[in-house]
Amino acid sequence: MTIPTNYLLTLSAVLFVLGVLGVLIRRNSIVMLMSIELMLNSANLAFITFARAFEAHTGQVLVFFVIAVAAAEVAIGLSLIVSIFRSRGSVDIDQISQLKG
Amino acid sequence: MSTQLILFFVLAAIAIFSAISMLVSKNSVYSAMFLVLNFLTIAVIFLLLNAPFLAMVQVTIYAGAIMVLFLFVIMLLGADMAAKGKSLSWQPPIAVLLSGVLTLEFAFIFFYRQQDILPTIEAISETYGSPASIGKLLFNFYLLPFEVTSVLLLVAMVGAIILARRETA
Repeated sequence: MTIPTNYLLTLSAVLFVLGVLGVLIRRNSIVMLMSIELMLNSANLAFITFARAFEAHTGQVLVFFVIAVAAAEVAIGLSLIVSIFRSRGSVDIDQISQLKG
Repeated sequence: MSTQLILFFVLAAIAIFSAISMLVSKNSVYSAMFLVLNFLTIAVIFLLLNAPFLAMVQVTIYAGAIMVLFLFVIMLLGADMAAKGKSLSWQPPIAVLLSGVLTLEFAFIFFYRQQDILPTIEAISETYGSPASIGKLLFNFYLLPFEVTSVLLLVAMVGAIILARRETA
């Protein structure tokens, strides 16, 4: 007996919502980036769940590309955080308000 | 209840627990460690879903490379600056409330409207999800996107170096 598809999708949805919650309530930009990773990962879980449900390999190949894009995104995001930290001395999102009118 | 289902529930509990712990940890190093735990549990779920190749990719790239990068930056920036300025006090309760609503909506669709979106699973064939078949698809039909990915990673590498470089007059 296999795991029902809707259980897996519910787990994926719960993890995604926890990622959204992390972006909304945490002010530390590094933890916000980690929450985005959590969301990407839950989307990967949904991809693989549907790939199994339809017995198609395309979903699994797409997850591979999502992981590659996530790696690039993390590299750019973290270097942005490092350069913001150098100029502002903080990684707190609320402190970064230079463009505020 | 089958062994697979019990294993799935245990893994789901660990995944949700580690995600919540990541959110509430004050120290970002703990957050990163809980995220590693989360990625590892998801990798085991990938194994249960006939995706051994992606489970290994998940462990090496996500739990390995990406999280090392996170930890490296956390250490580089001197661990933790506790948030000094007060943030909006009304925002977290509303965020939690709306997230709960979103979860309920997802659960409603997945459990009460599932006949609209989900196919019924019959027995899955033995060869489904083998790394060989993924590789065949990746290097035939998806060859161009695969090659473009290498350009993307190169651009990300150059961009990261330029952004994080110290300004020299």
